[in-house]
Amino acid sequence: MRDRNDGPSYGRRVTAAVWFRPSQQNIVFALFAVLFVLFSLFLHGFLTTDNMLTLLQNVAVLGILGLGMAVVVIGRGIDISLVASLAVPPGLVLQMVQNGHSLPYALLTAFALSLAFGLVNGWLIAYAEVPSLFATLATGLFLAGLGQVALFKLDVVQWSPGMNALTVIGQGTIAGLPVPILMFGLTAIAVMLFLRLTRIGTYIYAIGDNPNAARITGIPTRPAIVLQYVLAALVGAFAGLVLAASVNSMPTRIYNSTLIYDVILVVVLGGIGLSGGRGGVLNVVIGTLLIGTMLNAMTIMDVSYSGQNLIKGLVLLVAILADSFVNPRNEETAQQGDI
Amino acid sequence: MAGLMRWTIPVFAGFGMLALMAATPARAQQGLDEPFQAQFNKALEGKVVAYVPVAMNFDLTEGWYAGVKHELAPYGVKVEVRDPNWSTNAGAQAVTTLLSEKPAVIIVHNPDVQTYAKLLQRAEKEGIYIIQINMGSAYRSTVFVGANWTEIGERDTTAVVDACKGKSNKIAIIQGALSAAASAYTLKGVENVLAKHPEIQVVSSQAADWDAAKAKAITQTVLKQHPDICGIVGFWDGMDIGTAAAVKEGGLTGKVFVATSGGGETRGACDQVKAGAFDLDVSYDVPTQAADMAAMIKWLLASGMKAGETKSSIYTTLIPITKANADAPGTCWSLAAMQNKP
Repeated sequence: MRDRNDGPSYGRRVTAAVWFRPSQQNIVFALFAVLFVLFSLFLHGFLTTDNMLTLLQNVAVLGILGLGMAVVVIGRGIDISLVASLAVPPGLVLQMVQNGHSLPYALLTAFALSLAFGLVNGWLIAYAEVPSLFATLATGLFLAGLGQVALFKLDVVQWSPGMNALTVIGQGTIAGLPVPILMFGLTAIAVMLFLRLTRIGTYIYAIGDNPNAARITGIPTRPAIVLQYVLAALVGAFAGLVLAASVNSMPTRIYNSTLIYDVILVVVLGGIGLSGGRGGVLNVVIGTLLIGTMLNAMTIMDVSYSGQNLIKGLVLLVAILADSFVNPRNEETAQQGDI
Repeated sequence: MAGLMRWTIPVFAGFGMLALMAATPARAQQGLDEPFQAQFNKALEGKVVAYVPVAMNFDLTEGWYAGVKHELAPYGVKVEVRDPNWSTNAGAQAVTTLLSEKPAVIIVHNPDVQTYAKLLQRAEKEGIYIIQINMGSAYRSTVFVGANWTEIGERDTTAVVDACKGKSNKIAIIQGALSAAASAYTLKGVENVLAKHPEIQVVSSQAADWDAAKAKAITQTVLKQHPDICGIVGFWDGMDIGTAAAVKEGGLTGKVFVATSGGGETRGACDQVKAGAFDLDVSYDVPTQAADMAAMIKWLLASGMKAGETKSSIYTTLIPITKANADAPGTCWSLAAMQNKP
C-alpha cells in the first residue's frame, strides 16, 4: 500500500517540485487563492470578518455532506442517496415532534432509521455486490418515496415549539462563530481522526486503492465497506438537522434538487479522485471554500442566476482541464478505470 | 286560534286554512317538482374531474384538492389526482394520457407557460373543459382561477416602499425560479411600482429557486453588505422562511420590512406573521380558489357548454395578512380542518 496522499505518479515527480506538486488539490487551492485575492482587492465588502463568517456559514451544510461523501469516495464508492439521508430522518424528527412525541424519542427513531438505511446500502454494495452508483440511486429513491408516502404530511415539515432545544445546532453564535461553521469544524475533525488514526480508516484507503489486494492481505473489506455507508448516512442525517435548525423547517423536496451534484463537485474539485484511495478532509475543506467564495462573491456582485451557473461550470471545467494536463491518464487508471 | 278566526272573520279564515295547508308539507296532497335539479344531478353524476398539480404534498395543492373534492363528491363526481411530483415531463405525460381517457374536466396547475399550452388546446378541442389554477399557461382555456401575480408584486413592493420612507431606500428582491411564470409576473409588478419610485435602490435581485436555504444564504450575504437595508420583497412565504431566518439572525427583525405572498395556510402564513418573521404576507386564500373552481365545474357540467367556447378568468381577491388581522378568524385556513371537513 502506498502513502495515502500521493498523486497518480508520485514517485516520478517528488524530487522535481516539493513546494508545489500540481495535484488537483493544489490546483484548486491555487485557484481558490487567486479568486480570493482578486475579490479581496476589487470587490468592496468581500474581505470583512462578517462576510467571511457568512461565506463559511452558507456552505457549512454542503461541507458536512462533502465529508460524508468523502469517506465513501475514498473507499472507491459513491453515495447518491446522501441527500435522502439528509432529508428524510431529520424530517421525521420534525414531523414526530409536531405530532406530539418527545424530542429524544424522535431523535432516537431517526437515528435508528439512518443506521438501518446505512446498513442496507452497505449490505447491497459489500455483500450483494451491486455497484454503489446503482445501489444508492435506488435506495435513495426508496427512502425519499417512503418519506413522502408514509412519514410526512407535507413536503415542507414545519418547525414546532417542541424542537426549540435543537435550535442551537443551526442558529446563533458560540464565541463569535456561527454555529453551523462550528458543526462543520467538529465533523471535519471527527472524520479526520477516523481516517487518520483508526485502523479502519487505513483499511478504507487500502480498499479504495486496490480492493482485491486489500482483501488478499487479510483486511475485512466487506464490513469496512458497510461501515462507510453507515457513516455517510449518519453524517448526512446530522447535516440535515443542522439545515433544519438553520432555516426553521425541513424542505424535504430538497431531494429533487441538484444538491447531490454540488456535493460531488465539492469532493471531486477538492481533489478526492473518484478512483478512490486518495485525499482527505483537507480536500473537502478546500473544495467547499472554493464553492463558498464563488457563491458569495457572485451574490455580492448580484450576478444573475444563469450567469452564476455559467461561471460555476467554467471554473469546474478549468479545474478538470488543468488536472488532466498535469495528471494525464496513465496505466493505473487504464487498468482499474474510474467512475 | 284557527277556530277563533273562523268564527270571527270567516272570509279570512278560508284563506288562512289554505295558506296553512300549502305551508305544511305533512298535510300537502302534492309537492311541486323543481324542474331543474334532476337535470343538474344527472349532468354531474359519474363525471370525472382529473387534477394535475405540479406536485401534491404541499399546502396549496392539497388544499385545492380537498376543497374541490368536498364540493363535488356528494354529486357523484369523481376527482382523480395525477401527481407529477415536480417533474414537468411526468406532468406533460399525465395530460397526454388524459387526452385519451377523456375526463369531463381537467384542472391544471402549470409548471411554466409553455409546456402544457398545446396539450391544453387539444384537450379543449376534444371537448374536455380545462380549468387552470394559479399558474396559467400561454393558452387561455375556458376558466382560469388564480392570483393576479402582478398585483401581488405591486402590493408587496408598495408596502416595502412605504416602510422605507425616511430610511435608506435600499431594498432587496428574492425571486422564485426563473422559469416559473408566477415569479416573472410578480417581478413585473415589482418593476411597475419601482418605476414610480426612482429614489428606491435595488441592491440585490436574485432567484432562490423557491428554496428556503438558498433564500437564507442570499439574504445573509446581502444583509452583511447592506445592513441598512429597509425592506425585502420575497416571492413565496414557503421560501421566505429562510429570508426571515436570516433577518432574525442578523438582529434586524422589525428594522427590515419583509413582504411576501402565499396560500394563507395558518402555519406558513398567520403564525409566521404573528412571530414577526413577515411584516406582510399577501394571501391568495386557497379555500376561496377551491370554491371558485368547484362552482365553475358545476356550472360547466350542468350547462353542457362547448369546451373553449368562451374563455375567462376569476382572479382571486387577495387577503393582506399583517399583525393587525393575523389573529382574526377567517384570515388564514387550516389544511387539517379542510381535509377533515364533514
